[in-house]
Amino acid sequence: MDRRVVITGMGIYSCIGLNSKEVAQSLFEGKSGITVDTERGAFGFQSPLTGKVPLPDLKKALTRRQRISMGEESEYAYVATMEAFEQANLSEEFLKSNEIGILYGNDSVAQSVVESTDIVREKKDTQLIGSGAIFKSMNSTVTMNLATILELKGINMTISAACASGSHAIGLGFMFIKQGLQDMIICGGAQEINPYAMASFDGLGVFATDIEHPEKASRPFDTKRTGLVPSGGAATLILESYESAVKRGATILAEVAGYGFSSNGGHISTPNMEGPKIAMQRALDQAGVRAEDVDYINAHATSTQIGDVNEGKAILDVFGSKPYVSSTKSMTGHECWMAGASEIVYSTLMMQHNFIAPNINLEQVDEEIRELNLVSKTIEKEFDIYLSNSFGFGGTNSAIVVKKFKHE
Amino acid sequence: MRIAHQINAILMDEFEIDEEVIEAGAPLKESLDLDSLDYVDLVVIIESNFGVKLTEHDFANMQTFQDFYDIIERKIEEKK
Repeated sequence: MDRRVVITGMGIYSCIGLNSKEVAQSLFEGKSGITVDTERGAFGFQSPLTGKVPLPDLKKALTRRQRISMGEESEYAYVATMEAFEQANLSEEFLKSNEIGILYGNDSVAQSVVESTDIVREKKDTQLIGSGAIFKSMNSTVTMNLATILELKGINMTISAACASGSHAIGLGFMFIKQGLQDMIICGGAQEINPYAMASFDGLGVFATDIEHPEKASRPFDTKRTGLVPSGGAATLILESYESAVKRGATILAEVAGYGFSSNGGHISTPNMEGPKIAMQRALDQAGVRAEDVDYINAHATSTQIGDVNEGKAILDVFGSKPYVSSTKSMTGHECWMAGASEIVYSTLMMQHNFIAPNINLEQVDEEIRELNLVSKTIEKEFDIYLSNSFGFGGTNSAIVVKKFKHE
Repeated sequence: MRIAHQINAILMDEFEIDEEVIEAGAPLKESLDLDSLDYVDLVVIIESNFGVKLTEHDFANMQTFQDFYDIIERKIEEKK
């Protein structure tokens, strides 16, 4: 079986907007969501810069028992998923009476682990940690919680693949549906924002330091970059077989056409060119799309010199100079485990609203990749096909090709 | 009984229930709709508020809110 896979709902909770409408506006305007978190300096961080979202108030939406097992990443994921459900026109009844799956990217639960460990250190008694801690302090916390709240009956697991987690979750969801194993899967990625989650990353000295101008701190592809800016939130996509979408009378937002993956087999944190090239080419091959047909590439580019340049060179090798390229991380910061999913939401919003969001803070492009067709100002333009890159520590790579939906 | 009022306030806050749910003679488990995980949280909130720890044995021997108050009061006294 080889079925078409479509997107019928999207939800986003990010530092550039708490829903799709706000996010689309920020993307169009090139608005940064980066801010200074003064607590991080006191905590011992080298950089206090971060993207931030408010903690949602779920007291009315969920019971105490449901909330007590949720850390911040699950709360963000819940809000994003509710928005996606609304757009996909999915009722609670439909969820309960059909086999719906969930594949979500998440790769840390630092705050929950630290907090419960602190209690045991102080009290010397594990019985005083409380009942919610175990469900909050496992990487699978998002899928564990959402599958329970939504009473899901299909595939249920978390994908942990560093900063490519969200992208692989979508890619695997695509594969499950394409092969006829599931009709509908909730896919996405979530990222906690608290200092515990990012302290060890900050320790590597790779975070941006321009605290005078937070909105200018994330500068992918720009020579004046000083590093990346961590960020977080959650993004959800409802992936569905074409047949299921038609049967439900759902509005089809876009079609997921290809998923490419690879592993660098090299350094744990330094990326290379070959791995990403393999992932991008594989995504194109699976989608049956030629490199010259891709209109836009949402780059992984996090605002680190070697990462940006290697990706840029890989893009030039596979696509040449034709496709528009931008990194939305220039506005959002690096949403890590969530990024692969949020950037599919961002790029699909652009495709829906006929514009390409800018790579803000782009003043002087790295010499080695100046042939890239980088977008520094918003371009109003219809486009039909984009590719989104996501790479992670350990050399994991994922590339997703998405097309405007057309009846064939 | 001052401790009963204090415990009731803690239960209302933790389990997000209204005051009328709580009556001294009413069954604790059914009134609060406790599942196995909730007992873990009962242990935590009583320890953090009163410095005494309830055990499985304590829960096995209590039925009503009054039993609950009595056990906690007794444990506080023993601790003194």
